[in-house]
Amino acid sequence: MGSLDLKSVTKSFGPVDVIKGVDLQVAEGEFCVFVGPSGCGKSTLLRIIAGLEDATAGDILLDGRRMNDVAPAKRELAMVFQSYALYPHLSVRDNMGLALKQAGVSRAEITAATDRAAEMLSLGALMDRRPAELSGGQRQRVAIGRAIVRRPKLFLFDEPLSNLDAALRVATRIEIARLHRELGATMIYVTHDQVEAMTLADKIVVLRDGRVEQVGSPMELYNNPANTFVAGFIGSPQMNFLVAEAVGFPGQTVGVRPEHLALHPIGTKSDGWIEGQVSHVEKLGGETLVYVHTIPHGLLTVRLFGEQDQAVGEPVGLTFDRLKALIFDADGMRLG
Amino acid sequence: MAKARLSPVRTIAAHAVLITYTIIALFPVFVIVVNSFKSRRAIFAEPLALPWPEHFDLVGYQTVLRQGDFFLYFQNSMIVTVVSLFFVLLFGAMAAFALSEYRFRGNTLMGLYLALGIMIPIRLGTVAILQIMVEGGLVNTLTALILVYTAQGLPLAVFILSEFMRTVSDDLKNAGRIDGLSEYRIFFTLVLPLVRPAMATVAVFTMIPIWNDLWFPLILAPSEATKTITLGSQVFIGQFVTNWNAVLAALSLAILPVLVLYLVFSRQLIRGITAGAVK
Ligand SMILES: Nc1ncnc2c1ncn2[C@@H]1O[C@H](COP(=O)(O)OP(=O)(O)OP(=O)(O)O)[C@@H](O)[C@H]1O
Ligand SMILES: [Mg+2]
Repeated sequence: MGSLDLKSVTKSFGPVDVIKGVDLQVAEGEFCVFVGPSGCGKSTLLRIIAGLEDATAGDILLDGRRMNDVAPAKRELAMVFQSYALYPHLSVRDNMGLALKQAGVSRAEITAATDRAAEMLSLGALMDRRPAELSGGQRQRVAIGRAIVRRPKLFLFDEPLSNLDAALRVATRIEIARLHRELGATMIYVTHDQVEAMTLADKIVVLRDGRVEQVGSPMELYNNPANTFVAGFIGSPQMNFLVAEAVGFPGQTVGVRPEHLALHPIGTKSDGWIEGQVSHVEKLGGETLVYVHTIPHGLLTVRLFGEQDQAVGEPVGLTFDRLKALIFDADGMRLG
Repeated sequence: MAKARLSPVRTIAAHAVLITYTIIALFPVFVIVVNSFKSRRAIFAEPLALPWPEHFDLVGYQTVLRQGDFFLYFQNSMIVTVVSLFFVLLFGAMAAFALSEYRFRGNTLMGLYLALGIMIPIRLGTVAILQIMVEGGLVNTLTALILVYTAQGLPLAVFILSEFMRTVSDDLKNAGRIDGLSEYRIFFTLVLPLVRPAMATVAVFTMIPIWNDLWFPLILAPSEATKTITLGSQVFIGQFVTNWNAVLAALSLAILPVLVLYLVFSRQLIRGITAGAVK
């Protein structure tokens, strides 16, 4: 119940091709996260799955049934929007119950379902308020509650947390993970946030320019990216890209994660090390990010554990873990 | 916040300008209302004097009310204005929703075509309209006026409302679609309440010309049974003798209904229930 299958889905707005052939399988109960740069078509793909937008070509299958011509309300899915999109004229209870009411469910059942959702999200005290009388975080919980009440096969989230402050974002993220465990439903989640993607996903889909770049579990994508785009997109701070020739590697570029670079004071000269100058230091408490300007690699980021004192402008030497380096060819594809 | 930055001199200057404008704008209304309560002699002797106490005279109102059909004229004007307004708002909003919400071939052209009416006065088509009404047997009916005024009001309504409807959140409409609301429910329960201020603006701009119009009532519905208040008041204005008391009294009375309608709509203008819909 709740598996999704996209078969060479494309979408054009007039002459502009926005989705350029997406094939994707999401298994039942899976938490799938779409990431990609702004404008790459994440929301458009989500709207196509929801049926709010027609695909120009290709098939959308839910549980093996072709859904292209099925109305959004009949697809047994629910969507949570970035802007919450609560109905301003209805109370919280009616907001959550509207879909069931439209589907002709009896009033007693609607009350039971909304009460259950309210309990899951601790919305009990707010049930009779209007959306205007709620805080941003409460509105988002109501929007999630509205999705839960329908017991959909598939949940769609379009950047649901991006309007919340940091603390609330963490709390709601954990709540969504808990809901996923409890409901066991399939979820598709669009986000810009690295942490959300890495922590929530069973499977991450990296999109670029209307195409799928790579699909895999968070750790697969982190440790084993297929190309420089995925390597650079997954992980924060970004992966460092070194000029392969200068460090004695084959291929065009060598990717090294910031935590795989080591910093040495100048003077303890050793082989294969990269000389540079500290250009900026960011202390985050638990870790310290040191930005080192080097030639010919440009600015490299080094991630150090704990609080480290590093003077700006000081010359330093860098070494890296050669076994963990990733090698890419001239087209940005992984070698070996 | 704004208060702190405004110097008293500027505040006074701004108020002086606004008050002057208000006085200029309200002066004719004031003169009409004041003089409608005076005797004919007093109107000409001291047009600016207040009616209290020696000049006070209700002869104008008595004449108007004795005319008998005056309430009928009122009723006709009211029916024509309110029904036309209803159709303009309903059809205008529906067309605006279609233009702003759905992508279809010729969408832009259709929008331009509908907006063309703003620039072309409907009176240019008077002869053709009269012919149509004669053919359709609608001369001397209120229906004729309602049809013409609806057509006259639609272009501006479509133009203004479609701009406003573009600003209504797509997410909200999409949430409705996923919850199984029909497009009509989305239109009536989600979109219309959010563009209420725009609807009120359109209502005010549509209502005034209809209420004040003399042209179409004179041409399409001049019969005793279908006269509007504006046309009805004309009986007091003769080529040689004008019954000023009656004219002024009729005009004063004619202000009242529009004033009430205006107050109703302007309350809507201020009230916004959009807060909390999105974000
Ligand atoms: N109705 C439309 N008409 C024309 N182009 C559109 C329409 N909707 C979206 N697009 C285009 O499609 C592309 C993808 O848009 P989409 O909203 O899916 O991006 P996104 O990946 O969700 O971006 P973001 O991360 O900023 O939300 C954009 O270039 C956008 O300009
Ligand atoms: Mg988006």
